[in-house]
Amino acid sequence: MTDTTATSPDAALETDGTDAGYEAYPRTEWDEHDHLPTNTGISHNKLAMWAFLGSDCLLFGALISTYLLVRNVPEEVPGAGPPVREVFDIPFTSVSSFVLLMSSMSMALAVGSISRGDVRRTKIWLLTTAILGALFIGGQVYEFSVFYNEGFGYTTNISTSAFYTLTGFHGAHVSLGILLLMSMYWLVHKGRIGQAQGESVEIAGLYWHFVDIVWIVIFAVVYLIP
Amino acid sequence: MTLPESIEEEFGPAYEAGHAKHLRDRSFIGIALFLAVLTGLEVSTYFWDYGGFATPLLLILMVIKFGVVVAYFMNLRFDYRLLSWVFLSGLLLAVCVYIAVLLTFQYFD
Repeated sequence: MTDTTATSPDAALETDGTDAGYEAYPRTEWDEHDHLPTNTGISHNKLAMWAFLGSDCLLFGALISTYLLVRNVPEEVPGAGPPVREVFDIPFTSVSSFVLLMSSMSMALAVGSISRGDVRRTKIWLLTTAILGALFIGGQVYEFSVFYNEGFGYTTNISTSAFYTLTGFHGAHVSLGILLLMSMYWLVHKGRIGQAQGESVEIAGLYWHFVDIVWIVIFAVVYLIP
Repeated sequence: MTLPESIEEEFGPAYEAGHAKHLRDRSFIGIALFLAVLTGLEVSTYFWDYGGFATPLLLILMVIKFGVVVAYFMNLRFDYRLLSWVFLSGLLLAVCVYIAVLLTFQYFD
């Protein structure tokens, strides 16, 4: 085998096709910090999730600005009508927002627990987060049904179309997040994710916190700002 | 060897002790309570008339809540700086593009 002590671990990979080179690579101050063997020192999965979240800002930015553009279109304009904000139930939506905010806390506690190798608490907090997320979705479904019964359907006017598209996309993100959390719960329960693989829970957490920050913007811009 | 030093400078103090720093559970609960208070303040604008002060207040509170969640719950405050740039570049691009769109449609007039 080629002496890899004086070369990079990547050279060892090319030589024998294994990651043994990382073991043979001379210990340095950097290695002692346990950097991942990637170009940046950052896990590719984590970097990809952050890049995805950055790009998802564009999606929600488009939906929010579309809603802002059409929410106050005069009713005499073809396709326009009474704005959906006439039937907003702010106290109810405030409770939903609070629930989603608390789910972010429980997600952070789940990430903290898995980083300490505390499987039991990780499972409890993952389940709590999923339940709070489901409560939020339940609230959204209830809200949509109330609006519909008040005569504000998806195609009633451009304001309602933009509103349902924006909040519906957010709801779809939350629903996907709940599935992700339940998958994490199952994998932790089965022992496939432990302290060593805790980054998977952290990445799921990043996604979950993202849906929370998007809601922070939607709640303020769409619901509260007159 | 200069590589470790440059990586440290490039990406911040994230892995100083081998792993990214994580806040303790008590800190997360404290941050959540702080966010709950800010949310309460936001909701108060619905019940009390703040006049022309309401919109700037809501925008400021939104930005603070957004920043706190990203910095502490998403751990960006203690993680690699590269991750902050990746996320912020997407966010800033989105904000700039959509402000341009809103200006085009004379939203602020």
